[in-house]
Order: sequence, then C-alpha cells, then structure tokens
Amino acid sequence: MINADLSVVAPELVLAVFAMLALMYAVYRGKDAEAPLLFWLTAIVLAGLGAWIGLSPNVTETAFNGAFVNDGYARFLKVMILFSAAIVLFLSQPYLKRNKLLQFEFPILIALATVGMMMMVSAGDLMALYMGLELQSLSLYVIASFRRDSARSTEAGLKYFVLGALSSGLLLYGASLIYGYAGTTTFAGITAATGDEGLSLGLLIGLVFLLTGLAFKVSAVPFHMWTPDVYEGSPTPVTAFFATAPKVAAMGLFARVMFDAFGNATADWGQIIALLSVMSMFLGAVAAIGQTNIKRLMAYSSISHMGFALMGLTAGTEQGVQAMLIYMAIYITMNIGVFAFILNMEKDGQAVTDIASLNMYSRVEPLRAAALMVLMFSLAGIPPLVGFFGKLYVLQAAVDSGFIWLAIGGVIASVIGAFYYLRIIYLMYFGEPRDALDGTMPAFHWAALMASAFVMLVGIINLFGVQGLAGAAAATLLK
Amino acid sequence: MENLLSIVTFLPLVAAVILALFLRGEDAAAQRSAKWLALIATTTTFVVSITIWLQFDPSNTGFQMVEEHDWLGGLKYKMGVDGISILFVLLTTFLMPLVIAASWNVTDRVKEYMIAFLVLETLMIAVFCALDLILFYVVFEAGLIPMFLIVGIWGGKDRIYAAFKFFLYTLLGSVLMLIAMIAMYMDAGTTDIPTLLHHQFSSSPISVLGFSIIGGAQTLMFLAFFASFAVKMPMWPVHTWLPDAHVQAPTAGSVVLAAILLKMGGYGFLRFSLPMFPVGAEVMSGFVLWLSVIAIIYTSLVALMQEDMKKLIAYSSVAHMGFVTMGIFAFNQQGLDGAIFQMVSHGFISGALFLCVGVIYDRMHTREIAAYGGLVVRMPAYAMIFMLFTMANVGLPGTSGFVGEFLTLVGIFKANTAVAFFATSGVILSAGYALWLYRRVVFGDLIKESLKSISDMTAREKWIFAPLVAMTILLGVYPSLVLDVTGPAVAALLHDIEPVLAAAKGGAQAATH
Repeated sequence: MINADLSVVAPELVLAVFAMLALMYAVYRGKDAEAPLLFWLTAIVLAGLGAWIGLSPNVTETAFNGAFVNDGYARFLKVMILFSAAIVLFLSQPYLKRNKLLQFEFPILIALATVGMMMMVSAGDLMALYMGLELQSLSLYVIASFRRDSARSTEAGLKYFVLGALSSGLLLYGASLIYGYAGTTTFAGITAATGDEGLSLGLLIGLVFLLTGLAFKVSAVPFHMWTPDVYEGSPTPVTAFFATAPKVAAMGLFARVMFDAFGNATADWGQIIALLSVMSMFLGAVAAIGQTNIKRLMAYSSISHMGFALMGLTAGTEQGVQAMLIYMAIYITMNIGVFAFILNMEKDGQAVTDIASLNMYSRVEPLRAAALMVLMFSLAGIPPLVGFFGKLYVLQAAVDSGFIWLAIGGVIASVIGAFYYLRIIYLMYFGEPRDALDGTMPAFHWAALMASAFVMLVGIINLFGVQGLAGAAAATLLK
Repeated sequence: MENLLSIVTFLPLVAAVILALFLRGEDAAAQRSAKWLALIATTTTFVVSITIWLQFDPSNTGFQMVEEHDWLGGLKYKMGVDGISILFVLLTTFLMPLVIAASWNVTDRVKEYMIAFLVLETLMIAVFCALDLILFYVVFEAGLIPMFLIVGIWGGKDRIYAAFKFFLYTLLGSVLMLIAMIAMYMDAGTTDIPTLLHHQFSSSPISVLGFSIIGGAQTLMFLAFFASFAVKMPMWPVHTWLPDAHVQAPTAGSVVLAAILLKMGGYGFLRFSLPMFPVGAEVMSGFVLWLSVIAIIYTSLVALMQEDMKKLIAYSSVAHMGFVTMGIFAFNQQGLDGAIFQMVSHGFISGALFLCVGVIYDRMHTREIAAYGGLVVRMPAYAMIFMLFTMANVGLPGTSGFVGEFLTLVGIFKANTAVAFFATSGVILSAGYALWLYRRVVFGDLIKESLKSISDMTAREKWIFAPLVAMTILLGVYPSLVLDVTGPAVAALLHDIEPVLAAAKGGAQAATH
C-alpha cells in the first residue's frame, strides 16, 4: 500500500529529497561558492520534473487515503508551475550575481516552495492543503527578505509574513469549522456532508474563512494590501517568481477546494468570488494608473489579472475552470517575458525601476522595445494578441453562467487598465528623449523576452493547443 | 482561386513582415526601399482585389468567395464578401497606394511607418471580409494598435493626448459589443455571421432593474453594438475624439481614418445591427435619426467656426456620417443604397480633402486657415483640384457627393419627413462652411510674404489626385457602378427584415389590445 502511495507522490518526493541533499552539499562544501552550480542544477531538476509529469500517463490516482490527488488537473498546473519556476531561476542568476546576492539558499528555497505548490494543487484534504500552503508560504517569506541589508526588502518580508500568518490563521479557523460541521477533513467527505440541500450555517462560515485565506494568497481585493509592497521591496528575481508560479498554484488550489470540497454549493461561493473578482479588476486597474515604479505597476496589474482569472471560477462550470487555466497559462507566459525585461533595466550599472527611464527606449533598442510593446498590448487584452483570448474565454464562461454584470464590469475595468499599459508604450515610442537605459541583456533573457512576445503574436493561430489541454484538465476536476 | 480574399487580406501583412525582418538601417537607401516596397505591395493588393470585383456576381445576394477553416474551438476563420462589403474592400485597396504615395516625404522611422500602414491595411480589409463574429471583433479592435502608433509617433504637437483619447474612447465603445457577441454566441450556438443573419433573437420585453425594455434582448444587443459603431462612425455626441485624432495624425493617417476607418461603423450597422436585431433597430430608430439630424446641423455649425483646416474637414466628416446613419435607419431601399453610396463617395472626397490640406501643410507647416489666402495666384492646379473636392463635399450634382446625399434624403423623406426637413438644411450649411473655407484659402489677395514663393503641385502629387478625381466624377455621373452592386444585397436585407418587423408590430399591437 505504502509503495503505491509513494509512487503517486514520486515527483514531489524527488524534488524534496533533491532540495535537502542540495542543502547538505552546499553547507558542507563551499557554501555560496556552490551557488551557480545549484542554480543550474535546480533549474534543470525543475524542468526535468515538469517534462516527466507532462509526459506521464493520463490517469487519476490518489494517495494517503485521498489526501493527495494526482489527476489531469493537477498535472496541468504542475507542469506550468515547474516550468515557470525553472525559467525564473534561469533568469534570476545574472541579476543576483550583479547585486551580490548569489547565495546557495535561493535555489533551495525555490525548490521547497515548488514542492509546496505541487502539494497545493494536488491537495485532497484540508490537512494536505495547509501543509502545501505553509511550505510554500514560509519559503516565500524568506526569499522576499532575501536582501538582508536592504530595509525595503526586510520590510517586504516582514509585512508578507505578518499578513500571511494572519491569513493562515483565518484559513485554519475556517478549516476547523468545516471539520467540526462535516466531521472530516477530506474533500470527498466534505462534499458528502454538504449533501444536496446546501451548506449548513457552520459550513458556510467555515467556507467564508477558507475563502478569505485563499483570497489572500491570490491577492484578490480586499486582501491584496501586501502585494504592491512585497513586489516593490523584494529583489526583482523574487518579484518575478511571485508573479508566476505561486499565482498559478494559489489559483489552482482555489479551484481545487471550491470544486472538490464544495462542488455542491456553487451558488454560495460563486457570489463571493464574483465580488472578489470585480473588486480586484477595478482596484488593479485604477490603482495602477498613478504608479511610477514598474514593479508596483506589475503588482497592481497582477491584482487585476487575478480578478479576471477568478471570473472564470465564478461561473462554477467546467468551461469556467478551463477558461481560468487558459488565462493563467497566458498570464504567466506574458509575465515571464515582462520580467525578463525588468530584470535588465539598468542605467550606469544600477538597477532602475522607474518607468520614466523607458523614455524613447525604442530609439535605443528597437527590437526589445517592440517585444515589450507586444507584451503590454497583450497584458491590456487588445486583440489580436493572445492576452485577449484569455479574457475572451473567462468572459464567455461568465456570460454563459448568467454573470453578465460581472462580464460588463470586467470589460470596463480592462479599458481603464489599458491606460497604464499604453503609458509604457507611449514612453517607449513617443516620450521625451532622455538618458535611456543602457543595460545589456544576457542571451537567455533576450530569448525569453522574444519568445514570450512571439507567442503572444502568433498564438492567435491556435493558442499552441493550450485550449484542448486545459479543457481536458478541467474535465478531470469536474468529473 | 479559392482563397482570393485571404490573399488580398494578407498580402500587405506579408510585405510588412518582410520589411520588419529584412530591412536594416535608417539611411536614405533603406528608407527608399521601404517606401517602394510598401507602394508595390499596396498596388499589387489593389490589382489582385480587382479580380474580386470581376468574379463578383451582383445578382447573387449571398456571400461569395467564401472560405472557411477551423480556428480556436468553435470559432471559424471565415471570409466572404457580399454586395454590402465588397465596395469597402475595394475602397480600402484603392486608397492605400495613394496613402503610401502621399507619405513620400516622411523621414522619421520610415520602415516602422510603412509597417504600421501595411498592417493596418490587412486589418481593415479583414474587417470587411470577416464572416465570424469573434474574427470580426479581433480585426476590428486590432486596428486600434497601428492607428494608435501612427497618431502617437508621427503625429503633431498634442499627439499623445489625441492618441490616448482615440484608443481608450473607441476601446470603451467596443468592449460592450464583445459582451453582446458572447451573448449572441450563447443564444445561437454559433459565431457564424451568415447563420446569425437568419437567427431570430428574442424580442419579447424583459425587465432590467425594474425597467421594462421594449424589444427585449434585441434592444440590449442593439445598444451594445450601437455603442461601438456610434463611436467609430462617429455620431454626435460621441464624436469628440475624431477632431483631435484628425488634427494630430499625419496626413496619411487622417486620410485612412476619414476614408476607411469611419466606414467600419456604418458597415457594422448594415452588417449587424439592422439584419440581426431588426426589432431593436426599429425601437431605437427614432433616437438614431434625431441624433443624425443633430450631427448634421450641429457639427456643420461647429465646422463654420473652425480655424484649423483639418478640424473643419473632420467636423464636416461627422456631418456627412450623419447622412449615412440617417439613410441606414430609414429602412428603405433608397436610404440604404444612399448610405452605402455616401460612405464610398465620402471615402474618396474626404480622403482627397485631407490630402489637399497635406499638400499645403508640407509646404508651409501650418494648418491655420488664416495663414493662407490667394493661393490661386501661385498654385492654379491646386486651386482647381481643391475646388473640385470642395464642390463634391458640398454635394454638387455631377460629383459623387450629390448622389449619396440625394438618395439618403429621398429615403428619409419617405420614412420621416420631419427629419428630412431638418437634414436638408444641413446641405445648405455644408455649402456655407466648405465654400467659405475655399474662399479664405484660395482666393483673395496674395499678401502674405511667406506664401509668395509657394510652388504648385508636383507631378507626384498630381498623380495621387488623378484617381480620386476620376472616381469622384465617375460615380457622380454613373452612380449605377455602385448601386448595381449594392442594390440586390440591400433589397435582400430589407426583404429579410420586413416580415420580422411586421410580426413584432403585430405582436405589440396584440399585447396592447
């Protein structure tokens, strides 16, 4: 029995063992001198696991009495998480080296956070959920304050930790209520306890607390306050990481809990998520207008995008989950490209994050400016770029399930949001000539930026088949 | 050829990709090759598009030269033309070589400039050919990107404000249309336009927030589409982006904007609003008609007071588009034929007028009317051409402007005499502002020192105007060229919606009794 269980969690196990071995190795050998090797190794292990999971047979297996579920849905998300984590790790190294932050703990913490994320999207039980969530969060708290001698970075880590602890507390409280009223922590048991006549009051309150904790993790309004400060304060590679894999994991977990545990109460949580969604879209769009720091701007942009992804969940249908998965896949692809650029925004050897430094960038580096322009239009959701199709699918899911007001709110928010993406394009193409950025770009960053822009341009042909994959993944969640 | 429409649509895009990938450098030689490549590509596109015209059979009222491929799940890449859209395709391919030729003096970032226009051409042709709702939306919206860059990069002093206003204004108009399109997809189960043209959307009254909506879902969808097309048209009172965008855009940008992009609004009314939501259109027709009348009179008065030539022509465009919406919502053969004719003819005339402004702007670098006067002394050829297009703009018989205005007025006279009465006064006002502009710029004494050395049009400029002159006069004396194509398609459209309207009226009467 135990062997069968272990084979289901093999990828997680491999990664966890790898992280611990790497830690031992680095501690006993050269410490930070081993960092470059560990960066490469970890990235390769992450990518390798991604390929392994991606190619593994399409079956639904459970382990540990249903606490861990490995289905098509989890695999789809894990592949996204692993590949984006690997790419961000590749991208981080030059920046960290330049800023003398190349420490061996960084890749190990990323690997552990990734184990947590894989656990999150596979959770079939409230305990497993919490374990995954905390493993991820604790690693992230540490890397947020990775630049120990910077007050901002420390502040970011501390703020993230305090607020994160609060949200974990709320989530745990909700979980305990649910356990009290359902008599079990497994998702299947909770579904059975809710029955067909809807949630009992205790379960409902438990659900609301659980939602609060989850909303914090996806940084949905009104639980978003940490996001801009953490994005701005953390070292840029950490911000890039925050903007990709953890977002996917948190959104994946969100859908997992809602559909697996509360699949009978779609109407109850649908309304709550609809409200979270519309508030996130509007706040993200409006608050970003005044930002001058590109990392803060991306933080608000992520809040707005999470609002859109939540719109897919609101629908409570298979189509909605599919839309959410497509949205997340497109969103992290865009973000990888944008952060590959932000990581190399430099003037006179100093990293800059002020968007004014992009003035007339198109004169200095026409090709990179063009790629960034494509990504900005795509983030704004302007057709024919792929970012539009992400929005189209969630809107379709929302309209289909009767949330027309939500869809209308969403498109209006996206028009408001278009303003600040356009502002970056305006600075690059028709701003005032000023001292432009002069940083060079390593080949890998250049390739990531161009590939991301290229995907946004030509993805219109068939979205690289992600639609079908996401559809199959969504089908396994709502079996 | 099976995929003729795709060839015409994507030829400019292919040229743009070639420019982007294989042309390096900013020197004079590179600039020249960029211009020539763009000119050759647009001319080839026009030549190929003539075969569409030759293959087209006006008596067949369905879609022709249809091609269809599967696209993203459920959506189709489907192209085709009918009597309503074919003229706009030809208008686009006809004007683009002239637009490129008119941009010969551009020196700043020539390669990017040509790429922007070539991409824009592809998107504009695709708008008129698209037979899938979402495909239509994608290309309709995508046109904003190149136009935003054209205004923003190569525009005038206040280009940033104008570019943002243009982009956000039109985007806001369009997103509601997207929601309506999704709702249509849910209702009909397809995004195929030919199928949707014969799909009956519910028109029974529904109540939203306590208000009972006559015409139900049809009225709501009509309004969502209306928001988009009215901004694009543009109709009063959502026209304010247009003068800003026109004034700031480079000459070629203004020409494209006035001659083609504005037509997307009118085309949208004919393709979607009227045939798909006839009951909604009927419910809202009074409202639209009076908005049109206000547009005709109010913007003509505003045009009288302009000091900037481009702004004056921009306002006159709004007024002329008022005739178009008026003709469309007359719901009869003359009105609809006239509306299409007016759009095509306005494409030539307004394009030519903006080019006229461009000719003297290139020489004097100002568009102030007060900076000119007495140009006829130094520029006789220019005075001649400018006069022809001024007269065409006024609607002088013998020019294409007359036919469009006359037909729309006939159509509306049959449908709503009061509206026709007020709209006709707009014709007088348009004569007022157009002739006064001409008088101030071309006649009078040549007293301004700076104008004394101004030179007449070059051979290149004359060649740009020659096709426009020919078309304006040809359509003026032989309007059947257009009407023979549009007539059957319009008749079929009206034939399809009449029983629906009659049934809806009968239903409403039964409900009140």
